[in-house]
Amino acid sequence: MIEADVLERTLAAALRGGGDFAEVFAEDRRATTARLDDGRVEELVSGRERGAGIRVVRGETTGYAHTADLSERGLLAAADAAAAAARGGDGQTRVVALERRPTQPPHDVLVMPETVDKARKVEVLERADAAARSRSGSIRQVSAAYADSHRRILVANSDGVLAEDDQVRTRFMVQCVAAGDTGMQTGLEAPGRTIGFELFDDIDPESVAHTAADRALAMLQARPAPSGKLPVVLKRGAGGVLFHEACGHGLEADLVARDASVFRGRRGEQVASPLVTLVDDGTFAREWGAYAIDDEGAAARRNVLIENGVLTDYMWDLVRARKEGRASSGNGRRETYQHLPMVRMTNTYLLEGDEDPDDIIGRTAHGLYCVALGGGQVNTATGDFVFGVTEAYLIENGEITEPVRAAQLIGNGPEVLRRVDAVGSDFDTWAGTCGKDGQGVPVSSGQPTLRVAELTVGGTAQ
Amino acid sequence: MSGVTRADALLEVARGIACRAGAGEQIEAYVAHSVDTEVKVFGGEVESLSVAEVDGVGVRVLVDGRQGYAWAGSLEPDVVADTLAEARDNAAFGAPDEWQALATPDDVAAVAAPDLDLFRDDLLTVPTDDKVTLTLELERATRAGDPRVRGVEAASYGDAAIETAVANSLGVEAVTRRTTSSCASVALAGDGAATQTGYGFSAGRTFADLDLEVAARDAVERAVRMLGATQPKSERLPVILDPLVTRSLLAILGSALSGESVLKGRSMFVDRAGEVVAAPGVTLVDDPTVADAFGASTHDSEGVPTRRTVLVDAGVLRGFLHNVYTGRRSGSGTTGSAVRGVKSTPGVGARALALTPGTRTPDEIVAGADRTLYVQSVSGLHSGTNPVSGDFSVGAEGLMVRGGALAEPVREVTIASTLPRMLQEVAEVGSDLTWLPGGAAGMTVVLGEMTLSGS
Repeated sequence: MIEADVLERTLAAALRGGGDFAEVFAEDRRATTARLDDGRVEELVSGRERGAGIRVVRGETTGYAHTADLSERGLLAAADAAAAAARGGDGQTRVVALERRPTQPPHDVLVMPETVDKARKVEVLERADAAARSRSGSIRQVSAAYADSHRRILVANSDGVLAEDDQVRTRFMVQCVAAGDTGMQTGLEAPGRTIGFELFDDIDPESVAHTAADRALAMLQARPAPSGKLPVVLKRGAGGVLFHEACGHGLEADLVARDASVFRGRRGEQVASPLVTLVDDGTFAREWGAYAIDDEGAAARRNVLIENGVLTDYMWDLVRARKEGRASSGNGRRETYQHLPMVRMTNTYLLEGDEDPDDIIGRTAHGLYCVALGGGQVNTATGDFVFGVTEAYLIENGEITEPVRAAQLIGNGPEVLRRVDAVGSDFDTWAGTCGKDGQGVPVSSGQPTLRVAELTVGGTAQ
Repeated sequence: MSGVTRADALLEVARGIACRAGAGEQIEAYVAHSVDTEVKVFGGEVESLSVAEVDGVGVRVLVDGRQGYAWAGSLEPDVVADTLAEARDNAAFGAPDEWQALATPDDVAAVAAPDLDLFRDDLLTVPTDDKVTLTLELERATRAGDPRVRGVEAASYGDAAIETAVANSLGVEAVTRRTTSSCASVALAGDGAATQTGYGFSAGRTFADLDLEVAARDAVERAVRMLGATQPKSERLPVILDPLVTRSLLAILGSALSGESVLKGRSMFVDRAGEVVAAPGVTLVDDPTVADAFGASTHDSEGVPTRRTVLVDAGVLRGFLHNVYTGRRSGSGTTGSAVRGVKSTPGVGARALALTPGTRTPDEIVAGADRTLYVQSVSGLHSGTNPVSGDFSVGAEGLMVRGGALAEPVREVTIASTLPRMLQEVAEVGSDLTWLPGGAAGMTVVLGEMTLSGS
């Protein structure tokens, strides 16, 4: 994307006024989205975004500037602006010699999206629409979207790192509206992976459509969700977002350093049930949050965060890691070149246990069985978090019985981690977009079927 | 460079694209430029300072009712040419839609554009050092606001000067210009498991509009008054919504009142026009012509003048928001409510929603209440509200109101009901209309009983 000698001169310019560290992050992203709604392919959209962000760290201060102009002139102007923002002034001259680092992709991408006919991207939408509508006359509306993104990144920094990565992601989304005597309900299914058009070798549009349609139809029969404390069983894949919110964010080193995490100072302590082993793994092949290098040039890693209930480590980006004299854990990410990187999760999952999932349900006398979740939110400083349940059923006498309407579940991270009292032998993942400080990045979360002994369910039934 | 020159330059780029329309083809170009500054401080030091200029272009091509779109993050001539070519290519893949159209000169002539001054040139001349100093002072004032504040999770300043131009091959063109400036602080009070956080901010069109003392005071008060919060018992209770909570709820209602949601059957207001959907005290209006609204704008993003639109009048559903497409398809005509970023075709959205204020101040409302939950903040609003089914269930924290006064703080609770029921049970709207960033005004609102789930 940019020649090594231009990068070296840009880094030297960024440090001309002093500074401890400088970095060039360049990105060239092409994206396609296709959208069907109301029975019609509404539009195919192509996008292109290309530019570089330059950061200069001096003491506690980071200066940042970015430009869409990748010429040497554009890069030098951005370097000057970043240096000025970092308040450089001691006039040292530093020479930077870059050494290209090999990158180890977590997996191969088979079908690059730009090699696929646009007609095929539209065709999967039409197939999903037909499949959803044929499921039931109660399906009144269907929207479907296809999205691919091919993102090439380059990172060069004053430590001599020069690394590049090619990140391809594809996602497919179907949302259905079902109408009945009880009003309207929605159902959503949106699988995504860090691969190309071979996504459709793994999933077919019809089955995604059927899942979304069946979810909306099931909710038509739903009665109000319970209100109050209940045992909650989360189906495999559906509940990873619980750990993402309950402790994932609280284990991000930048929030820990700000004294904004209930997990600060607790490394080595038992913070969760011994059944809980939680991993964040950027190398998880084909998963939605996978990559070879993070947006600071550090190789993705598999990091064990909680092992048998004991907090082993936080997640780190470069700036936080440098302050502690340790290596980054490969968790420095940013939405685009227009953003500063910060500590972010990748694919965060709970390791499976050995209980048969059916037995977990079978030994629950009265509880809630969650099959699909929406998003969540956490206040890391207090540990209080919520997540939305979009498909759930009552468990009565060890049997899954009636569906209940959407509701929010609320809990406190450290308390909920201690109350995980059953972990199944199955496993699945869920793709989502994680928002932090205004930046969204693709992540996945995963878990086996598990039970939390008690969570507050925010329904309306007494 | 003066701002006028920039806007003119953007319009030239947009015209240069729109005029390329061939026979049987319509083209619309939307071009945006922004200059942003962001300062974050922590522990008495500048943590980060970013300065940036961002360009973007989006091109829409219509051929035989088929729509194609492409965008790029650069205004370089070769990039713009590629973007137009991609949009043309993409148009072949859209399905024909008889209502698909660009804004016409008739759409524009229907109402006069409001005369609004939303761009403060002086913001561009404020030295960065002054912005840094304000942010450091905000952090210091938050920290010093109360001995129980143990730290400041984040203190930040941000501003932006945003200019856009739209031009289409039917001869419609418009330019919008606005500046924004804001600062925000999050206070941390108490220790360990007893920690509470509070958010405060100040926002305006330019640097001189900011009041850091207000931002610091709100952050401190909202954190400190939550100290000692516990999880209450489940019960049904009336609630009072803080203006910030009302603002977020209005924004969700706005999406259910978009003509697009309604036409596509994805709104709880489908087939309800003319019916009573809310309590008689509820009048909901979107009015981007109010200069004080942060979402104020002279034109929408298709180049159509904005206007005042009454959505709910004394509880009766009167209308929906429309862009050119939904206006045509519904027969109602555009309401100048097209909203978009560069990366997408125009959608429909509210810019300046507000309830008609009532007569009592928030203090008077609290003084007249008993056994009521004052909701200071909510969480999970997007996963917990469904504008189609109307289901509503969100996390909440706040204070109980007992005997006309704020009493014990509560946390780890959810409040649940349905949006239609909440609208029917609006008991009172406060007199405290405050324009807030985020497309809607904030005001204190009293609702009937909701289900509070706790222990």
